[in-house]
Amino acid sequence: MNKLKFYLPVLGFVVVAIALWRGLYLDPKTLPSMLIDKPMPSFELISVDGKQVSNADLPPQIFLLNVWGSYCLPCLIEHPTLMRLTEAGDIPVVGVNYRDQQDLAIDWLEANGNPFSFSILDESGRFGIDLGVYGAPETYLVDENGVIRFRHVSVLDEAVWQEQFLPAIAELRAEGS
Amino acid sequence: MIPEIGQFSLILALCLSVILASLPIIGAYQNNFLWMSMARPLSAGVFVFLAVSIAILAYAFVTDDFSVKFVAEHSNSLLPDRYKLTAVWGGHEGSFLLWTFMLSGWMLSVAIFTKSMPLEFVARVLGVLGVLITGYILFMLATSNPFARIVPLPPIDGADLNSALQDFGFIIHPPTLYMGYVGFSVVFAFAMAALLSGKMDAAWARWCRPWANVSWAILTLGIALGSWWAYYELGWGGWWAWDPVENPPLITWLFGTALIHSLAATEKRGVFKSWTVLLAILAFAGSLLGTFITRSGLLTSVHAFASDPTRGFFILAILGITVGGALLLFAFRAPLMKSEFGFDLVSREILLLANNIILVVSAASVFLGTMFPMVYQGLTDDLISIGPPYFNAIFIPLMALLTVILAIGPYCRWKRTSVAFLVEQMGKVALASLALGVVVPLIVTLEFSLAATIAVALASWIVLAMLQDIRNKTANKASRLKGLRSLPFSYYGMQTAHLGMAVMLIGVALTSAFSTERSVLLAPGQDVGLGNYVFRFEGAAPINGPNYVGEEASFTVLKGGEEITTLHPERRVYLATGTPSTEMAIDAGLFRDLFITLGEQKEGESWSMTIYVKPFVRWIWLGAIFMTLGGILAAADKRYRRLRRRHTEPSREQSKSKPLGGELQASS
Repeated sequence: MNKLKFYLPVLGFVVVAIALWRGLYLDPKTLPSMLIDKPMPSFELISVDGKQVSNADLPPQIFLLNVWGSYCLPCLIEHPTLMRLTEAGDIPVVGVNYRDQQDLAIDWLEANGNPFSFSILDESGRFGIDLGVYGAPETYLVDENGVIRFRHVSVLDEAVWQEQFLPAIAELRAEGS
Repeated sequence: MIPEIGQFSLILALCLSVILASLPIIGAYQNNFLWMSMARPLSAGVFVFLAVSIAILAYAFVTDDFSVKFVAEHSNSLLPDRYKLTAVWGGHEGSFLLWTFMLSGWMLSVAIFTKSMPLEFVARVLGVLGVLITGYILFMLATSNPFARIVPLPPIDGADLNSALQDFGFIIHPPTLYMGYVGFSVVFAFAMAALLSGKMDAAWARWCRPWANVSWAILTLGIALGSWWAYYELGWGGWWAWDPVENPPLITWLFGTALIHSLAATEKRGVFKSWTVLLAILAFAGSLLGTFITRSGLLTSVHAFASDPTRGFFILAILGITVGGALLLFAFRAPLMKSEFGFDLVSREILLLANNIILVVSAASVFLGTMFPMVYQGLTDDLISIGPPYFNAIFIPLMALLTVILAIGPYCRWKRTSVAFLVEQMGKVALASLALGVVVPLIVTLEFSLAATIAVALASWIVLAMLQDIRNKTANKASRLKGLRSLPFSYYGMQTAHLGMAVMLIGVALTSAFSTERSVLLAPGQDVGLGNYVFRFEGAAPINGPNYVGEEASFTVLKGGEEITTLHPERRVYLATGTPSTEMAIDAGLFRDLFITLGEQKEGESWSMTIYVKPFVRWIWLGAIFMTLGGILAAADKRYRRLRRRHTEPSREQSKSKPLGGELQASS
């Protein structure tokens, strides 16, 4: 028995190796969120500008849910695209201010412009966990019934918008009509 | 033609390393002198061919040979020469070649600097390293050949090096980190040689200690350089993000730290033998795990190379064969290792054991936190995020506990220490540290912060205990100076590294407690205040770099109405890829850093920007520099050189009678 304890490290290693081997076949970028085709998790939180917001405040049509933070440099890169989309009235964008501080978020929006109908303030990251957020930036496409239909991890630039989101939206519209 | 020579050279290195991985180890079993003595020349051969290989890859970069796929993907004719040369490690294939080349460099130095050790042992060490290098070269040739060509139509120009990498930090951080990482392969090889030989006396611990200390010192420096680089280049003002790719070096470092302490106990007292071997295996496993994570696409992060499961599978196979094999061998042999001495409940051994437990628990927690999201996803298809709160909640208390015992360790004697002596010595130190902890932060910052108080108290605890210990140790000498001179290098090494811990502690705690930042929109001529400083935006002007264009802003920083510095943050767009990049401007100081990141130009001449004041942030890296120095000082101790000389004289037979372990046994 005493000798068996020396086999514990190798047993532990086997477990880890199997986990790693399984992990190879998961790709966190393309693996769809569990929430695809499920309704958006319910929330009752305050927004960055201090108002009470809940699922009832979400836009009634197809919209984007964009996870951002004032600490997030890639968010600055995608920011012009989001601004253009909302200014042109293409699609409303709701923000999730993820693991940030309210005053920093307000400063950031003032400095860079605010493309969001409103931004859910998620200082603790609880809502992000419900949503399965991997990190900012991340963008979800939500349909008119509040069901999540598509998810994109990392920067949403013009190319991603043209190549991934527009087709996905066209498909949704085709289904709806 | 020339890149093919590079590939051919790689194949030759493979052939030699296959021989190195087999003959010397078999020779050591059969006592075949000829086969054993082939280990050293073979190691030199592997090194030479790998050197030729990497030199040719560098040559392809410098001459803009875009027919080589790796060059085309990571360079551009406009790239400045220093980045062309260092773009060798700008991607997966080349950086793995660098990794393997560095391992062969370590191997060559083992071949050169082990003249005093028994040939049988050296043959096994080099043989084990040969196994590793064989695996690495096979991996390169099979899945990631840096010399692969683009035929028949090579691109006119290359895709350019990732703009975030075009920086001084990129020139020094990866090679230093790799150097430290692969150093632990050498320690692993020593441990394996001891297991293979079945003679697990304290000798291998003594032989291996300088190598472990140097590897640890370089790894410390490599991690600190990475942290410093992330701080000024990535622009988040953060120095540690618990990124899944930052964690494996930290895991390796924690195991490595445990290892160098445990080696001390094994060498000096012949205790914890099997534990030390296990730590050597774990530290090595940590380094391979880092490779696996960055190169398999297992986790997404700023560090991740292209995602490719075949590569991951291959590295996992290497990991399974080396670490799995080593642990299995450990399971067979460890029961034979017996500690030679007992020790009391209050003794240096116990404190080293406590140190080891804390470090291993820390490493395990970081490992779990890194792997848990992936395992969870594998089991449930659901994604979760584990962020800094988890790591901080576990890591900070463990490190605080470690600091408490760190100061007591050097006081304790081996085997037995009287409690009364400890209380007498440490009582005053404890009171003084507490007083300093409360008073100093209040005087410096005029605000109370629990974190700062605890940190200053713990740092004072280390420093005061150290001064007291040095005073004790020099008290009986004719003069203080003589006393100071009589203390060995290894003692100074230890104290320097411990001092580094105190300095880093101050840096981490005060930066976290007192940093401030503000995002603002400013027009030229406007200013903004932050802390005691006023930042005045003077305006922005276009600039043209060699391979980028951009705008440079000018700021004047005032304190108490006096101008103290000017800062020039930039925004760049790299021409080849069109990637934008932010170059922050920093005014660094021992007691605070000021820095600015430039956002975007808004209506008119206004710009968005974020301004930070970070007190004591430099101390984090200063602490790491002390630790590095400490590790090198300890490895430079006369003791190891003296032994080497003494050892060159005895004949080969005597080497079998384990002269080093013999000393210990004689006294039992």
